This record gives sequence, C-alpha cells and structure tokens, in this order.
Amino acid sequence: MSLLPLAIYVSFAGALLALAAGAHSAAAARWTALLGALAGWGLTLAAAGGFVPAAGLQTLTDVAWIPQLGIRYHLAADGISLTLVVLTGLAAVAGILFSWNIGERAGEFFALYLALIGGVYGVFLSADAFVLFVFYEIAIVPKYFLIANWGSTNREYGAMKLVLYSFGGSALVLAGLLWAYAAGGGQSFALDDLAATAAHFPRGQQVGMFALVFLGFAVLAGLFPFHTWAPTGHVAAPTAASMLLAGVVMKLGAYGCLRVAMPLFPIGLAYWQPVIAWLAIAGILYAGFVALVQEDFKFVIAYSSVSHMGFVLLGLAAANATAAAGAVLQMFSHGVIAGLLFAVVGRMVYERTHTRQLADLQVQPLFRLLPFAAVTFVLAGLASMGMPGFSGFPAELTILIGTWRVSPVWAIAAAGGVLVAAAFTLRVIQLSFFGTNPAGAAAAPEHPLPPLTLAEKSGAVLLLAATIIVGLRPDLLLDWITPALQSPLMQAVWKGGTP
Amino acid sequence: MNPDYALLAQALLPEIALVVGALLVLGLDLAIFRRQEPAARYRLVMNFGAMAVTVALIFACSTGFSGPVFGDVLFFDTLALITRQGVLMLTLFTFGIACDARRLRHPAEYVAVILFAATGLILMAAAQQLLLAFLALELASISLYVLAGFDKSRPESAEAALKYFLIGGMAAAFLLFGFSLLYGLTGSLILPQIGMMLMPQGPSPLLLIALVMVLVAFGFKTAAAPFHLWAPDAYQGAPTPSAALIASASKLAGLVFFYRLLWPGLGMSAGDAARLPFTIGWVPVVALLSGASLLLGNIAALAQTNIRRLLAYSAIAHAGAMLLGVIAAGASGPAPLFYYAFTYAIAAIGAFGVIALVENAGRCENLADLAGLHRRSPLLAGCLLVFILSLAGIPPLAGFFGKFVIFAAALKLNGLGGPAGWLAVAAILLSAVALYYYLLILKQALVVRTDGPIRRITVPPAATATLLTAAGLLVLFGLFPSVLLGLFQ
Repeated sequence: MSLLPLAIYVSFAGALLALAAGAHSAAAARWTALLGALAGWGLTLAAAGGFVPAAGLQTLTDVAWIPQLGIRYHLAADGISLTLVVLTGLAAVAGILFSWNIGERAGEFFALYLALIGGVYGVFLSADAFVLFVFYEIAIVPKYFLIANWGSTNREYGAMKLVLYSFGGSALVLAGLLWAYAAGGGQSFALDDLAATAAHFPRGQQVGMFALVFLGFAVLAGLFPFHTWAPTGHVAAPTAASMLLAGVVMKLGAYGCLRVAMPLFPIGLAYWQPVIAWLAIAGILYAGFVALVQEDFKFVIAYSSVSHMGFVLLGLAAANATAAAGAVLQMFSHGVIAGLLFAVVGRMVYERTHTRQLADLQVQPLFRLLPFAAVTFVLAGLASMGMPGFSGFPAELTILIGTWRVSPVWAIAAAGGVLVAAAFTLRVIQLSFFGTNPAGAAAAPEHPLPPLTLAEKSGAVLLLAATIIVGLRPDLLLDWITPALQSPLMQAVWKGGTP
Repeated sequence: MNPDYALLAQALLPEIALVVGALLVLGLDLAIFRRQEPAARYRLVMNFGAMAVTVALIFACSTGFSGPVFGDVLFFDTLALITRQGVLMLTLFTFGIACDARRLRHPAEYVAVILFAATGLILMAAAQQLLLAFLALELASISLYVLAGFDKSRPESAEAALKYFLIGGMAAAFLLFGFSLLYGLTGSLILPQIGMMLMPQGPSPLLLIALVMVLVAFGFKTAAAPFHLWAPDAYQGAPTPSAALIASASKLAGLVFFYRLLWPGLGMSAGDAARLPFTIGWVPVVALLSGASLLLGNIAALAQTNIRRLLAYSAIAHAGAMLLGVIAAGASGPAPLFYYAFTYAIAAIGAFGVIALVENAGRCENLADLAGLHRRSPLLAGCLLVFILSLAGIPPLAGFFGKFVIFAAALKLNGLGGPAGWLAVAAILLSAVALYYYLLILKQALVVRTDGPIRRITVPPAATATLLTAAGLLVLFGLFPSVLLGLFQ
C-alpha cells in the first residue's frame, strides 16, 4: 500500500527512459514503455492485495510542499482511488499492447503516453486539492501532442478542441478552488480542511463554488452539452490515446466531481442536483440516439462513451451511497469496455482495412477475415449493452437502483438509455462484422488482411477478462468502494450538507 | 545625509564591475579585438561581457549587504538583492543567446551598452530616492533604445528603436513631472518620507495628477494596455538579444521599481479595488490597466502570425497579471509579484533564445518558420516546449505557480467581492484562451511535418548551456516554488 505512490514516479521515469530508448530504436521504446506500465500496474495490484477497506483516505505520503501557501504534498488512497488506479494500470498496459505498431517517433509517443499515465495516477492518489489539480493539468497537455502527431481524421482540430475544452474546464476548477481557498483564509488546500471551512460559507457562495468546480470537472467527464470535444477527440486520436481518453481520462473528470466538488460543497450539490441529473439523462439519451445514426465506426463508439459517462454523472447526481458506488463501478467498467471497443475499431479493423465507414465495412466479410476481432467486439458489445455477466450490468443496475430512491422519473428516463445502447450496439455489430450482404460477402475475394498480432490478442484478453471478472464478482470492487463512501466527508454529502 | 563612500563602494561592487567591464571592453576592442577576424572578435567581446556579468553576479551573491546606503538614497532589502541577482542572471542569459554575429557590426559597443543597461536596471531595483531612481531608469531606458536600434541593416530595427524611444521619452517626461509634483507636495525625495508626509494629507487634486503621471510611466514600462503600442514593434524589429533583454530583465526591474514607488512610497494613497465602491487612489487605475492588458493581450495574440509579435501580445497579457500582483502586493508582500516576474522573464528570454538560434540558421519571422523544429533540432524543440508551456501556465512549470500565487493573493483581498477578485477569475479563464495561441507555436515546432531535406540547426555550446539552464530553472522553481518564495520570509 505504501508503495503506491511509486506508480506515479515509475510512470514519469518510464516516460524519460522511453524517450531515451526511442533515440535508439522504436522497439526499445516499446519495451521500455511496456515495462514501465507493467511496473505501475504491478504496484497497484500489490497495493490492492494488501488493502484493508476502510472509511476515509489512508495516507501514503504527506510532506510540506509550499509552506508559504499551506500546501502539502499529500497522497492518499481509499477504495475509490484504488479501483481507479487498478483500472489505470490495466488500461495503460493494454494501450501499449495496442500501440505496438507505432514506429514513427516511437520514443516521443511512449514518453507522452506514460507522462499522461503518471498524471492520471497522481490525480487518483491526491488528498490535497492543489496536488490533484497539478496532476490533472499534467495529464492534459500530452493529449494534444498524442492526438495531433499520431492521430487520424482531422487530428489537429480534434486535438486542439479537446485540449481547449479540458483546459477551459480546469480553469473553472482553479477559479472555484482558489475562491474557496481564499474565502477560507488561505490556510490549506487539503480536501478535509477545505471542506471544513467551506461548511461555514454562506449558501450562495457554496452554490457558486460548486458550480465552478463541478462544471469544470464535468466537462472532462463529457457532461451534456459540453461533451462535443469527446467524439471529435476520440475519433482523431490514435488507438491507444482513444483507449486512454475514454478509459481513464474521462474518469478524471468524474473523479474530480466525486472527490472534490461534492464533498467540499454539499449544499451546492443539493442546489444543482436536478440540473445535473437532467443534463446527465439528456446526455445518455442524446448521445445514444446520435450513435444510432453514425456512419463512421469510431464515432459510434465515441458517442457510446458519452452516453455511458452520462450514467456515471447521474449516479453522482443522485447523491446517495448506492448510486455513487454504482458510478464508481461504472467508471471501472466503462474504462475497460471502452478501451476494448476502441481497440477493436482503431487497431484491429481500421489499421487493416483503412476505412471506418460502416458502408465500406459491411461489404467485407470481416467476421471471416478477422474472427478474433469479431468475437472480441461481440463480447465487448454485449458488455457495453449491460448484459448480465459483464461489468456493465451490475454498474448500471446499481446506478438505476440508487437513482430510483431519489426520483423514479430519472431512473425510468435513464433506463431508456439502456435500450438505446442495445439498439446502437446491435446495429454497429451487424453493420461492421456481419455485413448486410452475406452471400455477396462470401463470394467476394477475401483480401488477405494481416493476422492479428500476439500483442493485440493479449491486450484484448486482458480487458475481456477484467470485464467478465467484475461482471461475475462485482463485490470484489464494491467491497472496496462501499466503505470509502461512508467516510465523514461523504456522509455529509449524502445528507445534503445538513449536519 | 551622511555620505559614506566606503560603504557605497562596497554595496555597489556589482554595479562597479559592470561599468568597469563596459569601459574595458570598449578599450580592449579599440586596442586588440578590432584586429581579429570578425567572428573571433565577436566571440571575444561576448565572452568578455559574459565574464563581466559573471563577476558582478558573484559580487551580488557574495556581498549580501542589506540596509540603507548613502543616506537613504539606496536601500538594499531582500527584494533589491534578489532582483539584482535575477537581473544579472538574465543579462548573462542574454549573452548566452547572442550568437548571430552577422547583424551586429559593432559588437564591443553592443556589449558595453548591454552592460550599461544592466547597471541601470539593478540600480532601479534598489533606488529609494526619486532622483537616483529616475537616473537609473533613464540609464536603463536609453541603453535599451540603443540596443533596439542596433541592427543597422534592417529598417525594422530603426523603426523599433524610434517608436520605443519616442513613447519611452514621453513616459519619462510624465514620470519626471509626477516626481516634481510629489516633491512639491511633500518636500522630500526619499520614498518612505514621502509616504509619511502624504499620510496626513487627503487625496488632493495635485496628488491625483501626480499619481496619474506616475502611472502613465508605469504603464509604458510594463507594456500595459493602453500604453503597450511600442511593444509589438519593438519586439519585432529589435535584434533578438535586445528584444530578449527588453522582455525579461527590463520588465523585472521595472516592476520592482514601481512596486517600491507605489507601495512603500505612495501606499497611503493606494485606494482600494477589492471592494465596491472604489476608494479613490492609484489601485483602481492599475486594476483598469490590468483588465485592459489581460483582455487586449490575450485576444490580440490570437490573430498574430509573426512569432515575435505574438510574444509581445502575450507579454502584454502577462503584464496584466503582474499588475494584479502589484495590486495584491500591498497585502501579500512582493513575493508573488517577484516570483511571477522572474519566472516569466526566464521563460521569455528562453523563448527569444530559441528564436535567435533558429534565426541564426535561416529565418524565424513567422510561426511557420518554426515548422519541423523537432527534426531540425530536438534540443531547441524540447526547450521551446518548456518555455512556452511555462508561459501558458502549465504545471509543474514555474509559470503555473506564478499565476497561482498572484491569483491567490488577489482573491485573498476580498474574495469575489470586488474588481480585484473578478480580475483574478477573468485572468484564470483567459489563460484557457492563451493556451490556444501558445499551442499554435508548439504545433509548428513539434507537430507539423516538413517536406524536403532537414536543415539541421547547430546550437553553440554557450547557447545550449543557457537554454538548458533556463529550462532547468523553470522546472526547479516549478517543482519547488518555496525556493524562491521562501527568500522573502
């Protein structure tokens, strides 16, 4: 457990080493990056092995950083952070396996990639709002270069849009946090200290601060109508970056909402609750319907990400422990499933067929050309639809149960999103792998597509295993998450800020 | 007044070293260097200048003298001492990046004028008496006008010098007029005494006129809107090392000088911008300048295609943030302001250094001239990444913490209860706008691919060391901001 902060440092060190190795050869950079990511993931798994679930954060590191401003370098973890760092490690390893074919400027690619991972680990492990913010911003900039350099469709536009949205969101967060810090006397940025001082703020101030911080983080979680960076960014990004973006970076936003905005300003949450809930539901449904009519394979997956993240935001907005537990579970589940879907679309299919248009794909007998990809995609699609046996099912079910307790109307409206998800997922499975013209497809000469590599297969197996294990035994994660949601800070949130 | 020349000489050892160095380099050039090959001569005088600054820097770091000197003419407090070291370090960086030998036909004079400018700048930071302050300011300013126009082969350089000189001369006249009014009101030239004499007086019309005069000069020196018009032309036309010095050391020293003038000197008539309605004084005016600079700098920078003009507008935007730091400095002390100005200066001089080196290997006028820099010189591209991201305020680089400490100080004044807090929030939100044009620079340098053969850029060892030191300092001050902030405790 106490070794967990090493995951951050290992990632940053791995970034530097990969950069150095890249000067030698692309293969060296790849292996360095893989070792770095594996080391980080190993550390998170080791920490998970020795983890004793408890309410409240368990301090890992706590040293004075900027004493003049009362800022401490304070890292800590609870069940929520642990769930998400394990996900980060998994997504990092899988992402590297799916970028094994990167040859151009490989050193820089993997350096940026690992720097991003290091920032993400840092966010999930911070117990000081300032430290969290610093890591959050560290995770933003590499995305620009990853997408603009190694991306595909409209990459410079997508990269710029994504980074400006993220940075705009983080500017809101900084404004809200600084406001709270200054109003509290400017003594400390520790989350519990900030929450303690914020409890004495007038209601209007809490409402304003919550709006700034929550909205800032929620932009990155894909809150409707601020989600538009997500589809263009995901589509423009190289496969590994899409996997990370959908898999862990969007979770940064949701995590910031849960860890910072909600405990600091519970009265603000109570005030904005209906707005957030309806925006989340609108996102679920809107993105689902948009996904239903996309012609580009990757856009379908990108919009499905926005739709699934809507469930996370709804779970947070419901403001009770059950829904929040579901939201955290959904973060993990969606991280794995989205990674898998993007891997199939971006790496397995696009890199071989060089098209993502469903109209082009449906005339190719892909299920016979790429059977492994087809099976993976069907399984991932089932998981994405929320079929029992996969991680999406317990997650969305818990969210809906928790939401029902607050408002059955919200729960019913969101449940409609599950149906839409089933519709667009089945449509895209049909169009992509099982073309509408099977007879013609069988007759068409089979293009010899390059076979799937071992790296791709192992990445897919890793992610599939994760979603199935959590689908069958959600209690593995819920046992970590539930106690964490009973900490004094979170209790105040569930009570709406009233003592 | 109790003139103690021994003490004065001891306290001013760095200044003496600079002036002696300047005179020596002129003499030696006449006697020896002139007979060398142009390239060798250039190297010799540059090395000589760098040596003079190094000696001054060693003196500045080792004397550690503090207290009033020569009556109350000079006052060496922490701020003055650190600013002196900072300005000397930035001057050293200027020599490090001055590698374009073709454009400067009189290198010895160039070096001498840089040394004179540095002398003026470090005296400005310590001056506590209005006359000496004005003399120091003029020594620095006139040297900088000359430096801006030093490239006789380009008409833009002459244009830059002329605009800079005309507007600067006007600002100096305003400042002198303001000083004379202050003297007339208080009968004193020493800042703390002026402060004490003003305490019983209310905001008389004469005082307000004096304040406006001073603020005009302040606006000019920091390139704050609406007194910014010289900046884009000066940055664009001046030889790159001159522009770097104007953008960095001159700004740092100017801010420290005006901080000293406004808070310890005129703090009694500061007024208040943290609450509404305003209390009359200079703070509301500075708040206005700050808001105008933030808005104009960030918006105008979006439309630039010339990289130096872009940096100039970004400098105007940064000036807006620094003015906010000046407002907050009354409550927070000068630490946030100094941290911001110094780290900004390092990043700016670094960015100009990269431009100078790219220019040395061809041209570097427009953003597109940076295209493919990562293949032409990974070192330059990497350093540029650090400098620009620091300017953009991305952690863990120093630029982020500079913004952070200033905005925190401004918000501590009265939260969002008044213009100071609103300005801080506006500045935070505008930093998202700023990221766009900073990323445009980085896009050219790190993303855009160029066709054809790669024209590699060779970076001289001195420039390599300078850029790496500057980038290293930004990372160091970013990871450990207390290294700088702690000096003020």
